[in-house]
Amino acid sequence: MTQEIWREIGVIDDIPPLGSRVISVNAGDIAIFRTSDDHVFALDDLCPHKQGKLSQGIVHDRAVTCPLHSWVIGLDDGKALDPDEGCTKTHEIRLEGRRIFLRLTA
Amino acid sequence: MNMIVNPKERLVLVGNGMAGIRAIEEILARAPGRFAITVFGAEPHGNYNRIMLSPVLSREKKFESIITHDLAWYEEQGIELISGEAVVEIDRINQTVTSAAGTSRGYDVLLLATGSMPFLLPVEGNDLHGVVGFRDLADVEKMLKIAGAKRHAVVIGGGLLGLEAANGLMLNGMDVTVIHLPPTLMERQLDREASELLQRDLTARGLACITGANTAALIGNSQDEVIALRLKDGREFPADLVVMAVGIRPSITLGKHAGLDCNRGILVDDGMRTSDPLIWAVGECIEHRGVCYGLVAPLFDMAKICADRITGVAASNYIPAESPTRLKVTGIDMFSVGAFDGGEGCEDIIMRDSSRGQYRRVVVKENRVVGVLLYGDAADGAWYFDLMKQKTDIAPIRGGLIFGPAFAADGTASGADIGAMADDAEICGCNGVCKGKIVGAIKEFGLSTLDEVRARTKASASCGSCTGQVEKILAYAAGDAYKAGPKIKPMCKCTTHGHDAVRAEIRARKLMSIPAVMRALNWKTTDGCASCRPALNYYLLCEWPGEYQDDFQSRFVNERMHANIQKDGTYSVVPRMWGGVTNAAELRAIADVVERYDIPSVKVTGGQRIDLLGVRKEQLPDVWRDLNDAGMISGAAYAKGLRTVKTCVGSEWCRFGTQDSTSMGIGLEKMTWGSSTPAKVKMAVSGCPRNCAESSIKDFGVIATESGWDLLVGGNGGVKLRETELLAKVATAGEVLEYAAAFMQLYREEARYLERTAHWIERVGVAYVQSRLLPDAAARKNLHDRFLISQKFAQIDPWAERARQGVQAHEFRPLALVE
Ligand code: SRM
Ligand SMILES: Cc1cc2nc3c(=O)[nH]c(=O)nc-3n(C[C@H](O)[C@H](O)[C@H](O)COP(=O)(O)OP(=O)(O)OC[C@H]3O[C@@H](n4cnc5c(N)ncnc54)[C@H](O)[C@@H]3O)c2cc1C
Ligand code: SF4
Ligand code: FES
Repeated sequence: MTQEIWREIGVIDDIPPLGSRVISVNAGDIAIFRTSDDHVFALDDLCPHKQGKLSQGIVHDRAVTCPLHSWVIGLDDGKALDPDEGCTKTHEIRLEGRRIFLRLTA
Repeated sequence: MNMIVNPKERLVLVGNGMAGIRAIEEILARAPGRFAITVFGAEPHGNYNRIMLSPVLSREKKFESIITHDLAWYEEQGIELISGEAVVEIDRINQTVTSAAGTSRGYDVLLLATGSMPFLLPVEGNDLHGVVGFRDLADVEKMLKIAGAKRHAVVIGGGLLGLEAANGLMLNGMDVTVIHLPPTLMERQLDREASELLQRDLTARGLACITGANTAALIGNSQDEVIALRLKDGREFPADLVVMAVGIRPSITLGKHAGLDCNRGILVDDGMRTSDPLIWAVGECIEHRGVCYGLVAPLFDMAKICADRITGVAASNYIPAESPTRLKVTGIDMFSVGAFDGGEGCEDIIMRDSSRGQYRRVVVKENRVVGVLLYGDAADGAWYFDLMKQKTDIAPIRGGLIFGPAFAADGTASGADIGAMADDAEICGCNGVCKGKIVGAIKEFGLSTLDEVRARTKASASCGSCTGQVEKILAYAAGDAYKAGPKIKPMCKCTTHGHDAVRAEIRARKLMSIPAVMRALNWKTTDGCASCRPALNYYLLCEWPGEYQDDFQSRFVNERMHANIQKDGTYSVVPRMWGGVTNAAELRAIADVVERYDIPSVKVTGGQRIDLLGVRKEQLPDVWRDLNDAGMISGAAYAKGLRTVKTCVGSEWCRFGTQDSTSMGIGLEKMTWGSSTPAKVKMAVSGCPRNCAESSIKDFGVIATESGWDLLVGGNGGVKLRETELLAKVATAGEVLEYAAAFMQLYREEARYLERTAHWIERVGVAYVQSRLLPDAAARKNLHDRFLISQKFAQIDPWAERARQGVQAHEFRPLALVE
């Protein structure tokens, strides 16, 4: 039976602005991004192109540029921006004050 | 009931492509407002430059940039566009056409321009998923989709189209094999020798070319997706994508069905009229005097003829003409026209320079040029083609003919002079635009940019291979008003400012951070993008050494991690090995590290040092600490900064060595390591002109001579091979260091981000660099000093900082582990 839980994974200050950190879960890595206006986003750490680690990319506005071949992936929906096509799975994430909670399927 | 009678004649075009829309433009120019025009197009867009699908596939261009007529254009011209609907029936009695969706329109004049279709080889499996032609945007989209997900591509056909497809797929990261039936590639445009050069160049880029190969079948899996291709000789190649580029077939179904006379194409007379006097046809769908066409230049001529005839302004006739071919693969330059492979009564004039990969063949018959083949450097193609078309008697210039226009005139290199070029010399082959027309338009309309010239004259607007010449004409005719390229090329889409302007503002307004620059210069995005942020970070770092705080989030991962990311997400570690010299203790320490951390691969690099590959991110600080303990620091194999200084053994050991090149190299490396520069910098020092350290393809190369040292700059051994140019000859090792530091600083301060020394020097000229470094010793010393000051803050080993002081520790650890 699957069950969904909100897990506290750290505080926003653990992630540099315009940076990313990774959460290792059994199913693989999830990249947590922090934007310049202190929003957080969670996406699988896998580029839809050739599985580049998005956590290693450059974050700008609401997007991250993949380090391997520079696809640009939207943080809101995980979709590759034009002209590329593909989608990375997103995860629900929220802030309570500076604490970060991630919704996980257990 | 009121009948609204349209007083205008009804003109219907079937086929919204390159030839059809050109014909409409020509008609509008001759008889504006005379026709009520309807255009049917099977593709769901406006009109685009089909030729440029190749750069769209290779991602060198975006689709938007190749649209030639957007929906607004049709509206402005009052044209009714019915796109996404193929016409399936022509009723010649009632003069109507009807689309598959049932839309009907009546016509007084009907123009067919249905183009052609890729020819599908009649082999088993040609209907599997993943088997595509290369004709329209939908094909490109299919290819890009598969390229994004899969690895192996096979292109059947090593002609123009096939090779452009193969190159594009390769640039998308696919492993590509070209299967070609004849024994040599592009045999219709190249002779054996040029074809071999081409195959060598393509192979060097990573394309596998199998010639003399006959396809037997395509093999699919249970989901009917293609997985492999089998040849008649039994060889098999894995294939997630198969592109058929073996030829085209004129699209005649519609015309044939309507009872028009057809052979291979829809038959037309010299005035482009079909066997029905109300129906005209142009483009690849037609056959004229037994010939079908596949390049745009003749189609654009047909468009003019049919416009003359339909509007009745002239009873002109289509006269077949040769059109040259070029291959649109960046970095491979070729030109071929006419009887390039000789023939009865022909003489060949041939020049080859195999080491530079250049080959020229001019075929002459009775003192007239009848064919030309250029490979490696095709800049003179237009000039030869002009001689050929004008049937110029070449007897007086025969001696210099093979060397091109610069030599042919008077046997000396005077530089191809635009001023001396005849007004009727053709510049743009695709659109048949000659020099006089371009100069005329520039003068008449005060044009000052390439885009304006394209819009007015169409020169350089199709395949783009004459762009360089059009720019030269622009510079010649518009003088000061001309600005190369768009007025200023913006750094990226986040700003309207160019690199140089941004730098000047940083300096003038003392802007000290990325947000400050973006605010002051009205950046269009909040945080910039992956292209401008690293550039700004570099400019600030260079301008304010010691003051500006490096912004790690604006650095590409390799520079942030101080290790090169590999395709599987692991990293490589390359310790610095001064001048390529090592010793037992270092080697032992490296061996220990390899065993301790179970590092999967150890390789000697092309830069004379050792690469440890496959290190996991979390292991990096430990690996670095252990290498640090043995006295080694980061080799910065990831940096936009000094990479390696290659040396040879020199006078210390070598029987030819004239100076101690090894020590000289180590000296240079000790001075320049840790620096940050617009792009990577490589150096080398060779002990004699045999040049074993390959100094002549380095950013800064040194070659020892009996009397001192030759200093060479601006070389590149990478994507585009470029030989260095001589900067200066100096006598002492001290001078080598001084010039090297001054050169580095000039490059740091004036080159644009990501511009290697080769490109920078190509832009500003080596004479400029000399003017800044040679005559004024004080100015040189000044640059030298500024370099050393910036080095004070730069020569900090990033490994030590991270392994011992916990700098950027978060980079190496996950935020949390969740079971
Ligand atoms: C390791 C090495 C290949 C080897 O096994 O020998 C190598 C490996 C890479 N080269 Fe190189 N190059 C290596 C020597 C060279 C050389 C030879 C030389 O330096 O004498 C050249 C041609 C010389 C030149 O640069 O002019 C070379 C021309 C390139 C280029 C083309 C540069 C250009 O301006 O055209 C790239 C692409 C780029 O920089 O954008 C590149 C890029 C790369 C990258 C960084 C690709 C990437 O972005 O991941 C590779 C990193 C692999 C890694 O993680 O280590 N590498 N690369 C060599 C490392 C030398 C070293 O000790 O640091
Ligand atoms: C990738 C690529 C690279 C090329 N590179 C070069 C080059 O470098 N130099 C060069 O000179 N040429 C090049 N060509 C060839 C050039 O593009 C063609 O010669 C030119 O486009 C032909 O023009 P056309 O109008 O006859 O056909 P098209 O441009 O193909 O237009 C025909 C249009 O008619 C539509 N159509 C067909 N049937 C119907 C119907 N029944 N109803 C409605 N619409 C219909 C088609 O969908 C198509 O949009 C290249 C072609 C390709 C595909
Ligand atoms: S090491 Fe250099 S040549 Fe080899 S694959 Fe990588 S970039 Fe290409
Ligand atoms: S893996 Fe991300 S762009 Fe290629």
